Amino acid sequence: MSHGGGGRAMARLIRDIFLRHLANPLLDQGHDATRLDVGSGRIAVTTDAHVISPLFFPGGDIGSLAVHGTLNDLAMAGARPMALTAAFIIEEGFPLADLDRIAASMGRASRDAGVPVATGDTKVVERGKGDGVFITTSGIGVVPEGVDISPRRLSPGQVILLSGPVGDHGIAILSKRQGLEFGTEIRSDSAALHRMVADMIAAVPGVAVLRDPTRGGLSATLNELANAAGVGMQLEERAIPVRPEVAAACELLGLDPLNVANEGKLVCVCEPGDAETLLAVMRDHAEGRDAARIGHVTVDRPGFVRMTTAIGGQRVVDWLSGEQLPRIC
Amino acid sequence: MEAAGAMAGRRIRVRGLVQGVGFRPHVWRLARVLDIAGDVANDGEGVIIHAWGDPAALDGFQDRLRREAPPLARIDAIEVFPHRGPAPHGFTIAASAVGLARTGIVPDAATCPACRAELFDPADRRQSYAFGNCTHCGPRLSIVSAIPYDRANTAMAAFTLCPACAAEYANPADRRFHAQPTACPACGPRLWLEPAPEAGTDPLDAAAALLRAGAIVAVKGIGGFHLACDAADTKAVAELRRRKARDAKPFAVMARSVDEVGRYCRLDDAACALLQSPAAPIVLLPRRPDGAPLPDGLAPDQDHLGFMLPYTPLHHLLMARVDGPLVMTSGNRSDEPQVITNEDARARLVGLADAWLMHDRAILNRLDDSVVAATGGAPAILRRARGYAPAPLPLPPGLDGLPPTLAMGGELKATFCLLREGQAILSQHIGDLENAAAFDDYRVLLRLYRDLFDFTPEVIAVDAHPDYLSTTLGAALARECGARLVSVGHHYAHMAACLADAGIGLAEGGDGTFGLILDGLGLGADGTLWGGEILRGGYRGVTRVAHIAPVALAGGAAAMRQPWRNLVAQLRQAFGETWRDQAAPVLDHLPADAHVAVLERMLETGTNAPPCSSAGRLFDAVAAALGIHPARIGHEAQAAMALEALARPHVATARPYPAAFGGDDPVVVGWAPMWRALLDDLAAGEVPGLIAARFHLSLVEALVQATGRVGAGPGALVALSGGVLQNRIILHELQARLRAAGWRPVIHGQVPANDGGLALGQAVLAALIADGRGHDRTKPPGI
Ligand SMILES: [Fe+3]
Ligand SMILES: [Mg+2]
Ligand SMILES: [Zn+2]
Ligand SMILES: [Zn+2]
Repeated sequence: MSHGGGGRAMARLIRDIFLRHLANPLLDQGHDATRLDVGSGRIAVTTDAHVISPLFFPGGDIGSLAVHGTLNDLAMAGARPMALTAAFIIEEGFPLADLDRIAASMGRASRDAGVPVATGDTKVVERGKGDGVFITTSGIGVVPEGVDISPRRLSPGQVILLSGPVGDHGIAILSKRQGLEFGTEIRSDSAALHRMVADMIAAVPGVAVLRDPTRGGLSATLNELANAAGVGMQLEERAIPVRPEVAAACELLGLDPLNVANEGKLVCVCEPGDAETLLAVMRDHAEGRDAARIGHVTVDRPGFVRMTTAIGGQRVVDWLSGEQLPRIC
Repeated sequence: MEAAGAMAGRRIRVRGLVQGVGFRPHVWRLARVLDIAGDVANDGEGVIIHAWGDPAALDGFQDRLRREAPPLARIDAIEVFPHRGPAPHGFTIAASAVGLARTGIVPDAATCPACRAELFDPADRRQSYAFGNCTHCGPRLSIVSAIPYDRANTAMAAFTLCPACAAEYANPADRRFHAQPTACPACGPRLWLEPAPEAGTDPLDAAAALLRAGAIVAVKGIGGFHLACDAADTKAVAELRRRKARDAKPFAVMARSVDEVGRYCRLDDAACALLQSPAAPIVLLPRRPDGAPLPDGLAPDQDHLGFMLPYTPLHHLLMARVDGPLVMTSGNRSDEPQVITNEDARARLVGLADAWLMHDRAILNRLDDSVVAATGGAPAILRRARGYAPAPLPLPPGLDGLPPTLAMGGELKATFCLLREGQAILSQHIGDLENAAAFDDYRVLLRLYRDLFDFTPEVIAVDAHPDYLSTTLGAALARECGARLVSVGHHYAHMAACLADAGIGLAEGGDGTFGLILDGLGLGADGTLWGGEILRGGYRGVTRVAHIAPVALAGGAAAMRQPWRNLVAQLRQAFGETWRDQAAPVLDHLPADAHVAVLERMLETGTNAPPCSSAGRLFDAVAAALGIHPARIGHEAQAAMALEALARPHVATARPYPAAFGGDDPVVVGWAPMWRALLDDLAAGEVPGLIAARFHLSLVEALVQATGRVGAGPGALVALSGGVLQNRIILHELQARLRAAGWRPVIHGQVPANDGGLALGQAVLAALIADGRGHDRTKPPGI
């Protein structure tokens, strides 16, 4: 494993693949630690480990996902992303062509987002000690003055908005990984949301909460918020957008779209008077074209999320401990 | 009577259900008749009597205390001690000491004969009054909001007693002495119909006219609203079923008398007694082949009907105004709990009911009608609610002295259980917790029961499944009140529930005991999903010694709603990838190829297809093979219940299919040989009922053989539990075959075999574990 020793082979790998695709003035400083000029405001920092199978899937790959995931984590804190870092753990024998594709996709995602990868690291592990490639990305951003996004600010009467249909990413990954054919190809919704968020915050600086419903889906995100803030939530099933092909796939798979992961959606909680403004801003962006008001925050049943079902019943929207393990039968 | 120092004094302790049932006035009346001096009072342990009199009279007094006890009383023990001290003058009822919360509350009871007689007595001031009751009957748990059980803490607080009622209430000689919900036309609840009938029309007359004309009327009862219609009117029944869309559950029917029931169903003495008992449950009865006709839509695919008798004055008055039986099904939309408030009835039953027969006595606690199976053998409660809850269940010997334990139950058909001082108090059937209204009820009732029984748990028992709402709630509660949290394997809890229900003591239910647990699904000790198990061991710990071969549950809970998934999974397991080559006779029952292809891929890759040894899903697969609702069922066990009804006429003549036995620890029962023979039968055009019967017997035969293979000794106890044991063919055949093989089957009676009884088993096991007298081999969770 010549790339593993940190010698000339590794330098060549970094130059030929990572520097070629990710080049920018910060990375070009060539230091192990890159200096950033952040101006005024509070710094937001986040880190994310990306392990995903398959590495390439309809609508994205691990490279673009690593960029989007970290940008979105910054955005959900109300931060303007400044720079990213990336660490690669590569399994010995991983095809260079695939690594090239991943780095290229990462570079494209970073350029499209206008946020550079400022520094990085690469390690190679023995065959069998990794699963192709793992990427850890960190992100640094600046939170503008006056922005305070936190579950502590949840209070009864506030409105819950969702930026678009749920379940796309999880179903896209699952069908690709397991070779499931649903007639139409379902694509991941992986996308960077920081520009839309910047516009939302500009229009309504007092927005209370932003969250990206990634792993565990919408239900995990909302339950987490309801628990953290000690409030209840009431949703309307009819108002929650789900693409028909995703709904059909979920039905066949026996999965609940509310529990399925997303990578390009956000949940926003705001005062009722701000809802229409925020929806209009979201709908101006491709990532928020199908934004909808899906429910509200309640004072009763703290810690629980309920939903009025399509047939008019009320069900508890639960938070699962892990794998969807069937409860009933 | 003069005080006389020469007379013997006795202190008499009465234990059991003796509070709130008219026991003190009963004592008072007997004392007067027998010339006994002294007093009687309620206290924390029941009723305490001090009595002075002639020894022979005192002996007679003790005897008649028991023999002539009021109808709702249940005497568990009478203990007598000598008592010193001078005899008082006369006999008095002492006021209850305050703060004694253990004066539990008794179940709601059907109108007693005396109150019924008044209802139709032109000379009585309660003639035709829909809300009369007395110490021996009427609402109880359904109207209580807090302790102590006084009128002020019930839905009757809104009604001030008139002088006549107040006099009855205060008179120990009266049937209404301290009857908290007592009422009369002058001071009690009133009845009305919405939309309002013509002025001057009696609401009952108007409702009856609507029913006779084929309308659907929402009727507010004791524990919730019913939807009523003429049970003999095919169009009305079909319309009700249409309006309750997605619901194929059997409708319960109310008849005026056992004679009327007998026109439609076979009745024996036990069934008659049950129908007429104060609990007045729905009793499942076999339809008479020569019986009077009733629409098939009452209970599609069923050979039994659920009948009950009127249990409130309102019901008696309504039934007297219609020509025959009425459908009385729960007033709700499809899967929801029945509504209990007038507001909800108006809002939620729009489009379901044509009119609303309402009253202004609030229902504070929802109580569904209880359901009991009464045919062939001892009665078994299938759903335990109105009329039974919250009566404490005595625990068998050896299970006393355990720490106070709260068991949270399961996820479907949820109940919880308080265990204390040798008693178990099992909540009424609450429903499926994912339903938000049921989950709300669950939490409200938990609070209420803890208050009513002054209960603080030291131990909280939950199911091993981490995602049951009852599990997460139990964990939170344990943190809150500093109780020890004990998680109990699902099937082990079923087994313990059965043993405790059947009165098997701690010593008797020892290591040589077996459990044959057949149900839908539950988390087992190895972290996988179980559902068809033989467990060895007793209250102190079990091991899984045999099970049905696990088959993928393709789509998780979707496998419960769509039986075809189980058919494909079973066939693929039996015949491998080329299963289609064998499956010609059942291919018609499968959906489009593209759907089957996705399912196959899910099975191959294990995508949301966890292996599960479920007996319930095996039933679904066989039903689907016979074309019984293969695509979708509306409620759990719908296909299995249809399969049972289809099989019943053929059980006596059918022979079982072969099964395969693999492994020895544990023994694994496989169904490939059965499927081969079953498909051959189908291809040969065999009668579906016979195939269904052969399947039932196959399951029984395979399990009995497996019980032998795992070394059950002669006379070993074999507990039969799990939802599948509500199948009467399986229950009876298993019992008969086990007995014939020299074992002693143990079955449920007072507690449902399905998850409705789970909490009892959890409570017993968790209490034993916490007490250091038992253990569960459930694996601790890893990452
Ligand atoms: Fe169960
Ligand atoms: Mg993150
Ligand atoms: Zn009465
Ligand atoms: Zn009165």
